[in-house]
Amino acid sequence: MRTLKDNILRGFLWFAAFLTVAILVTIVGYIFMKGYRLINFDFIFGDYSPTGHGGIWPMIITTIYTIIISLIIATPIGIFAAVYLQEYAKQGRLVRMIRFATESLTGIPSIIYGLFGAVFFVTTLKLGMSIISASLTLTIIVLPVIIRTTEESLKTVPNTYREGSLALGTTKLQTLYKVILPSAMPGILSGIILSIGRIVGESAAIFLTAGTVAAMPEGIFSSARTLTVHSFLVTQESGDIELASAVGIVLIVIILVLNLLATFISKKLNKANY
Amino acid sequence: MSALPEKMGNANKKKYILEGLSSKLFQFCALISVISLLLIVGFVFYKGSLPFVVDGYSFIDFLTGVDWVPSEEKFGILPMIVASVYATIGALIIGVPVGLFTAIFLAEIAPKRVAKFISPAVQLLAGIPSVLYGVFGLAIIVPFLQNVLNLPRGQSLLAVILVLAIMMLPTIVTVAETAIRAVPKTYREGSLALGASQIETIFKVVVPAAKSGVMAAIVLGVGRAIGETMAVILVAGNSLIIPTSLTDSLRPLTTNIALEMGYAFGSHQNMLFATGIVLFSFILILNFVLAKISAKGEK
Repeated sequence: MRTLKDNILRGFLWFAAFLTVAILVTIVGYIFMKGYRLINFDFIFGDYSPTGHGGIWPMIITTIYTIIISLIIATPIGIFAAVYLQEYAKQGRLVRMIRFATESLTGIPSIIYGLFGAVFFVTTLKLGMSIISASLTLTIIVLPVIIRTTEESLKTVPNTYREGSLALGTTKLQTLYKVILPSAMPGILSGIILSIGRIVGESAAIFLTAGTVAAMPEGIFSSARTLTVHSFLVTQESGDIELASAVGIVLIVIILVLNLLATFISKKLNKANY
Repeated sequence: MSALPEKMGNANKKKYILEGLSSKLFQFCALISVISLLLIVGFVFYKGSLPFVVDGYSFIDFLTGVDWVPSEEKFGILPMIVASVYATIGALIIGVPVGLFTAIFLAEIAPKRVAKFISPAVQLLAGIPSVLYGVFGLAIIVPFLQNVLNLPRGQSLLAVILVLAIMMLPTIVTVAETAIRAVPKTYREGSLALGASQIETIFKVVVPAAKSGVMAAIVLGVGRAIGETMAVILVAGNSLIIPTSLTDSLRPLTTNIALEMGYAFGSHQNMLFATGIVLFSFILILNFVLAKISAKGEK
């Protein structure tokens, strides 16, 4: 009786794992099968045209713009915030409040960020539906990611480093720039990579703040569409699954590369510490 | 550090000013999260409360109304609340057992080599843009349901549930697996030494010990399901009715915002913010539950 029950449960465990892997393989496999025929030089690097499937170079450029702008703003703020929390702040109400805010930001769904961005950056600050509005919204979205990963890697810097440096007569700031931050760098980098993944995968917030213009953006103040928004719109408007999947392949490859990069860096991190 | 300032040279003075300034700068950067959160909550709640405070709409009618016709100033979101709740619960019913069992399998049963291959793959899938899950849903799940169940349209509650269940899988698996792996080995050894089988040990000792982590995994999964927008638009059908069966088309809260924000203005736009408030409240409740769970876990 006991072995029977055990075997049934064991069977369920195997089955669930098989199901999960099968579903996920099917999704990725389907997108590759459906879209690979469209992938060629002209598709990636060609300008968009509404006829046929159109190139996706404008969407790639838009995506790169959003990554660069949001990271330029979010990275220093996030790192400094983590430095404050880990190296400067005394535990107390202020720190608890900051941590609570950071955690809450993580849990807010992207459509709410989109609503906020649409009324604050687009309307109130008069930036319009534009790459800059989307990037500023994305800045807030990735800020908690950068703060958390930086904090984690600051925690792994041994206290002896700080003591050794301070004992040599350096100031706190010198210790921070010359000792602590360099040894926390791999962790900070993997946080930045995670953030890039988040930005590349984001759609709802960008949809409401950058708009949907399918053309090469003239600058950061023009409306444009990113890869994810493009994939969404061609599916919704024309049911062009082939094109959506081809864009999907590009997205998956980007995420894959980012993941490999993050794994590589965190392996380096582990080696550095042991 | 500030001992004997009168003996300090000019260079040293500069250094101390710099120290003070930079610590202020770091503190300001840390406060930006607080400022952002206040701005987001403030703007969404301010805009969302305008129709009720200024324009005289009734908040109760807004929550319990079944008609959403912006051109006739009718704003009732009950169908969307019901749609969001049904879709989330449905996704939980499918996604949680499958995800949890997969996590148990990876942490306890799977041969090391298998787990080493599957775990990173699942993590990778957690990072895949959610839009692509919607594309897959529209291309495969929707036509499949249409054919098998003989529906006029495959875009239905069931399609949304399946897509959301699949989307929450990687989140649940990754978080629950970490929690299960963190259970001390001595627990397992003790249970096995008492004569329990491996499966009994897993279900009666290991999983209960990892309870708070597992609950956190589920809450995170729910958060992902209830907040998902773009993938859901593609498979929901977006009809403004209260879904009564799995085959009904539906419009959850998130998709209502995304679909109409582009052209809404005036009180219509503010009503979308009010929809956002309702969604926000769901998330706040979830966060509260998560905080309670993790506080329990730390004890």
